[in-house]
Amino acid sequence: MTAPLEVEPGAAKADPEAVLRGAGPIEGRSLSRIAWSRLRRDKVALAGLVVIVLLILMAVFAPLIVKLIGHPPNEFNQDLIDTKGGTLAPLGTFGGMSWEHPMGVEPVNGRDIMSRVIYGSRISLLIAFFATLLSVVIGTTLGTIAGFFGGWVDQLISRIMDVFLAFPLLVFAIALAGVVPDDAFGLKGDSLRIVLLIFIIGFFNWPYIGRIVRGQALSLREREFVDAARSLGARRPYLLFTEMLPNLVAPILVYATLLIPTNILFEAALSFLGVGVRAPTATWGGMLSDAVTYYTMPHFMLWPGLAIFITVLAFNLFGDGLRDALDPRSR
Amino acid sequence: MIVSAITFSIFYLVPRLAGATPETLATRYVGRAATEETVKLTAERLGFYDPIAVQYWNWAKGVVVGAEYDYGSGVESCPAPCLGYSFITKQPVWPELLDRIPVTLSLAAGASLLWLLAGVATGVLSALKRGSIFDRGAMIIALAGVSLPIFFTGLLSLAIFSYQLGWTLPGGSYTPFTENPVVWSQSLILPWITLAFLFSAQYARLTRAGMLETMNEDFIRTARAKGLPERTVVVRHGLRGALTPILTIFGLDVGLLLGGAVLTEKTFSLPGLGKYAVDGIVANDLPKILGVTLVAAVFIILANLVVDLLYAVIDPRVRNQ
Repeated sequence: MTAPLEVEPGAAKADPEAVLRGAGPIEGRSLSRIAWSRLRRDKVALAGLVVIVLLILMAVFAPLIVKLIGHPPNEFNQDLIDTKGGTLAPLGTFGGMSWEHPMGVEPVNGRDIMSRVIYGSRISLLIAFFATLLSVVIGTTLGTIAGFFGGWVDQLISRIMDVFLAFPLLVFAIALAGVVPDDAFGLKGDSLRIVLLIFIIGFFNWPYIGRIVRGQALSLREREFVDAARSLGARRPYLLFTEMLPNLVAPILVYATLLIPTNILFEAALSFLGVGVRAPTATWGGMLSDAVTYYTMPHFMLWPGLAIFITVLAFNLFGDGLRDALDPRSR
Repeated sequence: MIVSAITFSIFYLVPRLAGATPETLATRYVGRAATEETVKLTAERLGFYDPIAVQYWNWAKGVVVGAEYDYGSGVESCPAPCLGYSFITKQPVWPELLDRIPVTLSLAAGASLLWLLAGVATGVLSALKRGSIFDRGAMIIALAGVSLPIFFTGLLSLAIFSYQLGWTLPGGSYTPFTENPVVWSQSLILPWITLAFLFSAQYARLTRAGMLETMNEDFIRTARAKGLPERTVVVRHGLRGALTPILTIFGLDVGLLLGGAVLTEKTFSLPGLGKYAVDGIVANDLPKILGVTLVAAVFIILANLVVDLLYAVIDPRVRNQ
């Protein structure tokens, strides 16, 4: 697209990559060490990483933390609700915030918002991680095949990716998540919804990874070291797994990190529209969806919204930092 | 075409795999109170027993030449772009869709204009004053914008601007443009701004990156060497080069938005295509879902076509090929 007019073809692209990826297969460790030292200087990205680690810890130890707080996410606290006013709003100011309930309680049934936000992180992160993993697996496989073999294989896979990108994804995902009943494929309840959401989100997002991997594989295929291996008589599997794949790890890692926040938003959107994990299980999107009815009380929507915002921001910051560290020219 | 075939097969196969039968589908159509016989009769009339290919062929034929439905009590004809009848309301889908297209169109047109202007302007300024306070501030805001879901900012802005301050109309109020343009813009201003904010964040980031790259190109140096004023260099040479990838994404985004800004419409309760789709999905109303998906796919293809044509206008390198 932005091919320079006078420079010899390929030179502008190949040069920075030679520094970056050419060193890959020979001194793999030193590449990651260079990247790590660059990343360590990037305070913003590190902050993102710290937040991510804290969030993961929070999700893993959610039952423990909530036990310490002392209010299970689905415990009703009717005594904290103003039943006389007619609005069923929590008693006290700012949505019933107190030492006992630091983020306040929900209107109507008075469930503790903080423990619901903490439990919501489990669903959110679980689905986002595994959906990303699925996208990466499909995207890398098909992208590498398309880029490596070229020809009609490339044509076919690229067309499939175009069709996927042209789909009204959200409508489609909602519809799919909506038509599946509560008891299907040998699974039930929450676990069914979680698996279903992982498959839907992961399955619709693979072309983003696929396109990037295809582009990288396409340019890698023409590189000297691949040519050298080929002229030495290396077979296709060797070329694919030993020569190409290690050089694709960096971009895959970066875009996987950047896909996670997209998937978190996707899951929240589905939950918001009521086709995610079913109530009463706490999800951030579901909490926001409940908040629609009470939009006159902004503090009720604030916490799940902030939770989504902080999580997504942390992943974006870390992903950007990772990209800059692995590929300095994007800075 | 392909999209509609895939949509059709998925929405026929998934419920089947999950245990739905022609009878349960027909029950949805006639209501639970109906006798077993009526259910079977309806299922047969609507072709639920036919193999999937036949069902798809009948549906596609209806879209092109129209169809006739035999309800037993009388034959109803459904003229040319026949997308079938809703399972629930028994109203034909196409006229209902036509009613909703203007809403989504108004929303998408206003918001996309706003975000394109704001996003590209911010991106260009950031790239030119790289590293300045403006650049850093804009990029921090843009990163925040990318990380915020519309159903959070939308709700928050509704709570603040509509409920607390009373500056704008509450969610759910929509007046057609032809009725009263002033009220029309009032009812849409909040959705426009919220939607445009999220998108312009992304566009600012993309424009900035694109501008930084193009401004290092040789043709920029040539333009400067010719003694052109800096303004001309930036706008006519730099921006033109940076705009091509932006335009691709713009086409995709507008196309997707026209197919139903599901989240925005749901958050602000706007009666557009997206809300129609969600309503159809919640009620498990297949003809509605299919109709919206088809219209959405058409919009996306159209948007991409327009973008391809615009390429030639903006980027001289494309024209020469």
